Amino acid sequence: MIVGVLALQGDFEAHARVLTELGAEVREVRVPADLEGLDGLVMPGGESTTMTLGIEREGLGDPLRAFAATGAPIFGTCAGLIMLDREHLGIMDITARRNAFGRQVRSFEADLDFPDIDGPPVRAVFIRAPWIDDAGPEVEILAEVDGHPVAARQGSLFVISFHPELGDDTRLHARFLEDVRAR
Amino acid sequence: MRDEATFRVKVGLAEMLKGGVIMDVVTPEEAKIAEDAGAAAVMALERVPADIRRDGGVARMSDPVMIKGIQEAVSIPVMAKARIGHFAEAQVLESLQVDFIDESEVLTPADHAHHIDKWPFKVPFVCGATNLGEALRRIGEGAAMIRSKGEAGTGDIVEAVRHLREITGEIRKLTMLDEAELFVAAKELRAPYDLVRKTAQDGTLPVPMFCAGGIATPADASLVMQLGAQAVFVGSGIFKSEDPAPRARAIVEATTHYADPARVAAASEGLGQPMQSLETRKLEESELLAGRGW
Repeated sequence: MIVGVLALQGDFEAHARVLTELGAEVREVRVPADLEGLDGLVMPGGESTTMTLGIEREGLGDPLRAFAATGAPIFGTCAGLIMLDREHLGIMDITARRNAFGRQVRSFEADLDFPDIDGPPVRAVFIRAPWIDDAGPEVEILAEVDGHPVAARQGSLFVISFHPELGDDTRLHARFLEDVRAR
Repeated sequence: MRDEATFRVKVGLAEMLKGGVIMDVVTPEEAKIAEDAGAAAVMALERVPADIRRDGGVARMSDPVMIKGIQEAVSIPVMAKARIGHFAEAQVLESLQVDFIDESEVLTPADHAHHIDKWPFKVPFVCGATNLGEALRRIGEGAAMIRSKGEAGTGDIVEAVRHLREITGEIRKLTMLDEAELFVAAKELRAPYDLVRKTAQDGTLPVPMFCAGGIATPADASLVMQLGAQAVFVGSGIFKSEDPAPRARAIVEATTHYADPARVAAASEGLGQPMQSLETRKLEESELLAGRGW
């Protein structure tokens, strides 16, 4: 099982470390050829404008859409959630609002209850985080903060607006890897 | 339970900037050019280091009007500089809701013994360092990111290389020490013992380490990334060059593909003249900025 991590910019190494700890083989993705033979893909946090320009520069838009169309699981966190929305790659039927909680002084951590995660709440770290402003009928909202969706699922797509890779709670990554294995 | 401004939240923004380029800008127009070129963040200031160096005199925090103009122009994080030890400037920058404060040796120090106590602030801080002891002292004071100082405003990469090698080399040495030796190391580094021990265990700084000071070309970015920097600050190197936008894009590309020489070569083509540069070794002692900080 090989899982890709989009490595144009952002905290891709933190994701790679968690995935490796959980037993996955990890490959950094910078150019379209890196997508060959992947069983799943993580779109990490970082700056969404930087990533948008990087995807354009590398010609990754169509290859990423084609990869998603195969039904391979994709896990988007923070900027990764934004990349997948209608206004960016158009892979997921959601519209994200960037920096929705405000500037860095408004960044925070909080406990989140997750429907399909066993055990205590997930400690979620939100960094200049987005939320989901609008979601289509096939999108299942999994968690909210202040009434705004911050986690969702649509088929093989799993998005969250926070950063489990910055803490020591690996349950969400493990959940994603279950989807990758189940395929 | 919702907690703002925890250390994890502060370091979290530094984590998000990894693999990116943070560019010095002096106007909203430059900020937009930087954002459109793929900058991960901008540093808002009135004069880039090359001009501060040329003008002399006391260099201070920027006019809030300028910082607000840049915050309105872009959606990426906006950083700003406070003088070393000038906690009132930092309080002003926090009230403006800048995303990161750089307690910077590029500005004239306001205190010759103390750095800012960074723990009470909600905004994260980045501080410069020339060696491991200095880096750990800054982290002990609450810095959420460390950058090499380099020699700002010169376009000469030699000092940034020295600082990165100094820090990573000293970390490698720490990892070889036994428990008893770590106490002595903390004394010699003049750094908090707990941070020395954690660094020895992890083999890396407790917060992200970026490079600043003298980056002028895509190859400079590749060099410092290969030496262990996790992102780069470019001060005068972009907007003091002949053609800023293509150079900005090229440095972004070379930072992503730093380990691929063919891509760094492609990014280096036809960029025009780099900034007018100064060889650090030919500067007078009094002209050096990296010695500021204690």
